[in-house]
Amino acid sequence: MIIKKNHYLFFGFIITALVLSIAIIGFFWTPNNPNAIDSSNRFASPSTKYPLGTDNFGRCILSRVVEGIGATVLVAVFTLIIGFGVGLIIGTLTGYYGGWVDELLMRSGDVVMAFPSILLALVFISITGTGRYNVIIALGVLFIPSFARVVRGEFVRIRELDFVHSAKIMGAGPLRIMLVHILPNAIPVLLRFLAIGFNNAVLAEASMSYLGLGVQPPDSSLGRLLSDSQPFLFTAPWYALSAGVAIVLLILGFSLISEGIVLPRSE
Amino acid sequence: MTLKYILKRVGVFVVTLFVISTLAFIAFSIIPGDPVTRMLGMNASEERIVEMRSELGLDKPIHTRFFKWLQSFVTGDFGKSYSYSIPVRELLSDKVLTTASLSLMAFVFVLAISMPLGLLLSRYSIISSKGAKSSFQRAIISAATALNQIIMSIPPFFTGIIITYVFGLILRFFTPGAFVPYSGNPAAFYAYLIFPALSIALPRSAMVIKLIRGSVLNEAGSDYVRTAYSRGGGQWYVLLVHIMRNALIPVINFLAMTLSDIVAGSIIIEQVFAIPGMGRLLLLSISNRDYPVVQTIVVIIASVVVILNLLADVICQYIDPRIRIT
Repeated sequence: MIIKKNHYLFFGFIITALVLSIAIIGFFWTPNNPNAIDSSNRFASPSTKYPLGTDNFGRCILSRVVEGIGATVLVAVFTLIIGFGVGLIIGTLTGYYGGWVDELLMRSGDVVMAFPSILLALVFISITGTGRYNVIIALGVLFIPSFARVVRGEFVRIRELDFVHSAKIMGAGPLRIMLVHILPNAIPVLLRFLAIGFNNAVLAEASMSYLGLGVQPPDSSLGRLLSDSQPFLFTAPWYALSAGVAIVLLILGFSLISEGIVLPRSE
Repeated sequence: MTLKYILKRVGVFVVTLFVISTLAFIAFSIIPGDPVTRMLGMNASEERIVEMRSELGLDKPIHTRFFKWLQSFVTGDFGKSYSYSIPVRELLSDKVLTTASLSLMAFVFVLAISMPLGLLLSRYSIISSKGAKSSFQRAIISAATALNQIIMSIPPFFTGIIITYVFGLILRFFTPGAFVPYSGNPAAFYAYLIFPALSIALPRSAMVIKLIRGSVLNEAGSDYVRTAYSRGGGQWYVLLVHIMRNALIPVINFLAMTLSDIVAGSIIIEQVFAIPGMGRLLLLSISNRDYPVVQTIVVIIASVVVILNLLADVICQYIDPRIRIT
């Protein structure tokens, strides 16, 4: 993989490292208990005890945002594990072998991908019910076709190159060709797509939670925080702002990274 | 050749629509939870439940119900809402108008913002990539690209919240939540939709601008561009007449995708700005288990998306004859 010396990657890594380390610290320690209610301190302005103030229940906003980043990142990661895991297997097999199974799977993938994912996720959630795990499953399944397509595309492109034919002549089995010869050459494209997929997952999770279909109260998630904060936009603008800025930084970091990964020229 | 192609496309189109409606029907038929118990309450009498089931047609086997549903759907009878007890068609009529107006307005904004800015940014990016211009110009282009990247990363509902705060609560250009239905006052109806449409349009425009710039820079190194310059074409002339013709194709594909994303994105924006459109009704019906309404909205949105994709293909072929062959 060629990583060009560029600003995209540099800033992308810095922003992502910052946000992710906040999320990781948040798993072990937050300034206050994110669900602790302090009814004498409702809508407190930022202070030393509550660095970003408190919400309508007197809960520490900073702690809730930190917890929310963690929750959103976790949903996104598990979504990617499902979507990318299954997509990689399907894409590898269909891309290498082709045939009518390939045709059938890709056509049905086309139909799924033609729809805005938020609409499909809504339908999915309306059937399975709300909650964090249902969102992970819904988004994971919805992400499979796009990942499978990208992986397949790379396999189709690389399997016709000379070195793959040489490997075949030397007697390498299909599994070895797939994993040792083709897959490593597909990594730049896959990494880039993984970064984009992560952003889509974050965005989808935030949207679902914003609509009240994802993480359920009192737990925190970035989308949830935005919808919770909206009624108090006028009295406590920093509430919405801190949750929103967290989402923007998370997405910005990964989109810069995906820009920074320079793809090898396709022939 | 062309006829065969058109037939194929229309065939795929019809099959896709059929698959969507079948899936929508099956999905909402196998959901656990009985609408009849919901409508009548837990302690309704046995006869009343049986009566209600046959009234709604729920006592028939699934394939009979499906063909009956499909038949009436095609003729414009979408069934009756479980929770409002009025025909879905009546329930939807003004909501479709609201959501369609919002989406179209957002799309027009995307075009109005991204086309001029994208062209401007592309024109100066071409020059600066040739290394001939001042460091000041490069700095401006870098700043514009960075700003663009940041705007791209803002989710539409957060744009909506920022816009509500700045234009609604501080500058008081509009009152958040004070939606006026079209039948009440068309002018006020469209005025209220401006800011929601803008919230959808801003991040999308940034994406389109980026795409235009990338696409133009990709083409700018081609031989035909050099030829055009050497024949004495000016910067703007070559950009608009030669480069854009090629560079626009990915942009148009993306715009078609954008339009369908906007339709879906309006589900969320309607929630942010408290607009009683299709999205709000969809969410409400999902939590009420009002399947006829959910089915209808899903199939309508899905059909719109499929039609838009078809349209984008046709437009691209019109612009680029090379695509027609495949």
